[in-house]
Amino acid sequence: MTTLHYAFADTLVLAKRSLLRIPRQPDLLVGFTVQPIMFVLLFVYVFGGAIETPGFDSYTDFLIPGIIVQSMVFGGFVTALGLSEDLKKGLIDRFRSLPMWGPAVLTGRILADVGTNAIQLVIMFAVGIAIGFRFSNSVPEIVFGILLLFLIGYAFSWVFAFIGLIASSPEAANAYGFTILFPITFISSAFVTTETMPDWLEPIAEANPFTTMVDAARALFLGTPAGNDVWGAVLWSLGIIAVFAPLSAWRYRQSVTR
Amino acid sequence: MARELAIEADALEKSYGEVRALCGVDLRVDAGTVYGLLGPNGAGKTTAVRVLTTLLPPDGGQARVAGHDVQREPKRVRERIGLAGQYAAVDENLTGFENLEMVGRLYHLGRRRSRERATELLAVFDLTDAGRRLVRTYSGGMRRRLDLAAALVARPPVLFLDEPTTGLDIRSRMVLWDAIEALVADGTTVLLTTQYLDEADRLADRIAVIDHGVVIAEGTSDELKAQIGGDRLEIRLDDRERGEAALAALAAVADGRPYLEDGSLRVPLQRRRGEIADAVRRLDEAGIGIEDIAVGRPTLDDVFLQLTGHAAEQDEAEDVREEAVGRR
Repeated sequence: MTTLHYAFADTLVLAKRSLLRIPRQPDLLVGFTVQPIMFVLLFVYVFGGAIETPGFDSYTDFLIPGIIVQSMVFGGFVTALGLSEDLKKGLIDRFRSLPMWGPAVLTGRILADVGTNAIQLVIMFAVGIAIGFRFSNSVPEIVFGILLLFLIGYAFSWVFAFIGLIASSPEAANAYGFTILFPITFISSAFVTTETMPDWLEPIAEANPFTTMVDAARALFLGTPAGNDVWGAVLWSLGIIAVFAPLSAWRYRQSVTR
Repeated sequence: MARELAIEADALEKSYGEVRALCGVDLRVDAGTVYGLLGPNGAGKTTAVRVLTTLLPPDGGQARVAGHDVQREPKRVRERIGLAGQYAAVDENLTGFENLEMVGRLYHLGRRRSRERATELLAVFDLTDAGRRLVRTYSGGMRRRLDLAAALVARPPVLFLDEPTTGLDIRSRMVLWDAIEALVADGTTVLLTTQYLDEADRLADRIAVIDHGVVIAEGTSDELKAQIGGDRLEIRLDDRERGEAALAALAAVADGRPYLEDGSLRVPLQRRRGEIADAVRRLDEAGIGIEDIAVGRPTLDDVFLQLTGHAAEQDEAEDVREEAVGRR
């Protein structure tokens, strides 16, 4: 048996563990299913009538790619909470005393996130389609768009892994995640067009990588002009991984050898 | 024939910033024995265990566990050890069975063997009925039992137990003690840290008393007790005024000089048959009435107090209270 074999096997064992807990923790289950649906319905039916989105058939078409990218970003949240909990409760010590492939503690979590992202995607697209969202692009581009969503989700899993490792408690991880990332997702083109924002805010929103990612998803699902957004989104995601994966690995080593 | 050492530590050192947790700790643990690491909170017990279980690199010194160097061959060491920590390191959102199965898979036992082992261990620790329930519904004692079971999944030849019974009620402690004794009977080497002197006394073949990162005494429980003297007879008289007469009557019985302390007679014993009956007869013949008589043995508490200048179990009341809260 090679190291590579064990790397895969151990990652799978720990991914399974992360996934098993979701249906058993009602708050997580609600977070993954009810909450995104609620967001879609609130935005479409409460704000939708008041928000102008020139160039789109409906606000639903405009919103769904944006809100799906947001849910991909926050899909990694469970990683932050889970890692922070494991560190606090001594479970990481148990794992480290086993002859397993060490990094699986992180990669298992992140693989589980890919699984939860897939579940969220299915739910969100189903709700979107039920309330009138329609893809209007070729199949290969739609497929590429879905792959891009997974890449974005994967990138932010590493961000959340890092948050989970620097937070002193699961509650603190929660606070970091929401106070930092939540506004970032809102100061973007996800829910409104950036032209409607004040002059000083518009350039910030335009420069926000989250705007690039949302615009890329729209271009791929709806055929809107892409510009450099698609490659921009890919590069941003890879950049985030390149920074936060090593940072998380470093921080993990720091926190466990105390 | 040379003794086989399961754990061998030389001059281990570890500091956390200014705090020196280990200041040159040497340990020698024979295979198949229980070794007790005894000391108050913050003495360095847990740090020693973390170094020996490869979780923490030492700043200085070296250690071999189950024949492998903890720094150069951590994986070989990890294949041969089990660790049950101070806090039950089990996943609350998995069932007991799933926890053990997961640990088996991570020891690379394979799916089938992992499941068989999980079932076996649940039975051993009287958790079969609870095995399908989520661990978050378990009591504190059940969690510790599951934690110990998890440490045994791969039948490790060397087992580290870091304060396995801290905060447990008496019944759960007894169950864990029985389990540990059964393991040792099967040849497992156990390194046990504890603040409880009775626990070390009952389980450990040899004991190292550690304080401020230094081993301040080492030996069997009896050797440690012998350092501060042997058994003694403690006699309270009906009439306190007759103490001097009693001392004179007992001079021939005592090993050394009998003395008065807190109004009681203390008579060091020579450990020979009929010694106590002899003492009672002599007092009777001298017409001195006895209110109470007892044989006192120095406890490890006395040893601890003498060696460290402070008591070991000052936190016990607190631990018991935490356990009561934890079980609710």
